[in-house]
Amino acid sequence: MKPVNAIITEIVNETPAIRTFFFDTSFESVPGQFVMVWIRGVDEIPMALSYENAITVQKVGSATSALFELEVCDSVGIRGPFGNGFGMEKGHILLIAGGVGAAPLAPLAEKAGSEGIKITTLLGAKTKDELLFRERFKTAGEVRVATDDGSEGMHGYVTQLIDDANRYSQIYCCGPEIMMKKVLDKVEPPKAQFSLHRYIKCGIGICGACCVDGLRVCKDGPVFSGEVLKKTEFGVYRRNECGERVRV
Amino acid sequence: MLSLTLTGLKLKNPLMLAAGIMGTTGGSLKRIAQAGAGAIVTKSIGLEPRSGHSNPSMVEVDCGYLNAMGLPNPSYKDFQGEIDTAREGGVPVIASIFGGCSLDFSGIAGALDADTFELNVSCPHAHGYGTEIGTDPALVEDITHAVKKAVKVPVWVKLTPNVTDIKGIGLAAQHGGADAVVAINTVRGMAIDIDSGYPVLGNRFGGLSGRAIKPVAVKCVYDLYEALDIPVIGVGGITDWRDAVEFIMAGAKAVQIGSAVGDNINIFSDISSCMEAFLAEKEWTLDDIYGMAHDT
Repeated sequence: MKPVNAIITEIVNETPAIRTFFFDTSFESVPGQFVMVWIRGVDEIPMALSYENAITVQKVGSATSALFELEVCDSVGIRGPFGNGFGMEKGHILLIAGGVGAAPLAPLAEKAGSEGIKITTLLGAKTKDELLFRERFKTAGEVRVATDDGSEGMHGYVTQLIDDANRYSQIYCCGPEIMMKKVLDKVEPPKAQFSLHRYIKCGIGICGACCVDGLRVCKDGPVFSGEVLKKTEFGVYRRNECGERVRV
Repeated sequence: MLSLTLTGLKLKNPLMLAAGIMGTTGGSLKRIAQAGAGAIVTKSIGLEPRSGHSNPSMVEVDCGYLNAMGLPNPSYKDFQGEIDTAREGGVPVIASIFGGCSLDFSGIAGALDADTFELNVSCPHAHGYGTEIGTDPALVEDITHAVKKAVKVPVWVKLTPNVTDIKGIGLAAQHGGADAVVAINTVRGMAIDIDSGYPVLGNRFGGLSGRAIKPVAVKCVYDLYEALDIPVIGVGGITDWRDAVEFIMAGAKAVQIGSAVGDNINIFSDISSCMEAFLAEKEWTLDDIYGMAHDT
């Protein structure tokens, strides 16, 4: 598909560095799916849907900075939703969110909650003000917090909050890759799903720019089972925009 | 039943992965090999690392795809490992390479160990490369000749359809010593976002692939088959087994598949089993249908 014109209807400052952009268009999607957001004249970047009609963005580079310049009534082009999304499992699930990685997990929490699934969320950020979507996770179940600077909850990394991982029916994780690798090393890989971030170009499984070894993050992912990731360069290498291997 | 020898390479089937598709990591190439391709072609590799054009670099349009990736690649100095990993897939690995002059091409080819080199003189949207070279018969002949002198493996030349007469460029490649030509690369194209007036691709224009270009490619293959003594490898819009058969009947010794891999990563095994069934039903061999359209 060509990009669909999406007009910004509301901008919410979630944290000092993270904003949610609501659009006049909803995208029927599974939690964990993403869209390609075209900031015209600048770039097109992959973003998880944090609501059916919104993306939640951290200002990190030129494209996200250009997005932060946009106001209500401005528009972007959107392709998608793309990718697989999280696979739903019954029982008691654990969500582990680091920073803006909470964006795809919040709609998952809401969907799981509506289906009567018990949810525990481990929510981490650098500091108290950067904790994202705490209220949404709280509405869905129990929330435990960790901050790098100790300004809220446990002083340390969110991965240190993982106690008895075996008691959960499924673990869902999104955050910085180093954090996700730590989670992968701590849990039973087949019981965990990870949402990956890679440099995505085509978004439709053709160009191969986002491959983690042979896996296309845009098409086979962005959500992968830990069992699959165990056999890959995940957590060790990623590819830059030239396709060069760089250490995570 | 589908096996063949192509420029000295033994292929289990005539279905190859086209350049630029799933071709940056050794792991993705290996996956395609294991999914049934007869050979795999890498992403085009150049002298220096390139990040390519800004996004959007590929979008779906009516009946096909427009792309302007802009030759992103990690450079040949950082690519042998990927080829070696790709080789674990057990089929020939063809290195697609690009450059701005014959020295670039021969330098890169001389430094890489691959089963064949495919010279990209046909990318339609990278300034100083591709089509800007591949529309000049003298340059094509010179580059082909230089690479032939630099390597001991077969050399294929991938042609652009964005010329008045593709046969002239094909003949230039043949004069330069090419072992085969590959036709076609993408057809120059463009899309504009009517909500804003912006060209959709970051590079403003790019190349069209997919179903829309198949009749263009079939005609190019048909013409090249008549004009050249060396084999023609067909590529452009192959989406199912009927397309592959059509290309072979037009005169393609083998075919490459690109865009259609996105929606069906098992397309190589799907096409090869359907082609086998078709040939069996018709009581034809691969050789029987090769260039069949020319005998009618």
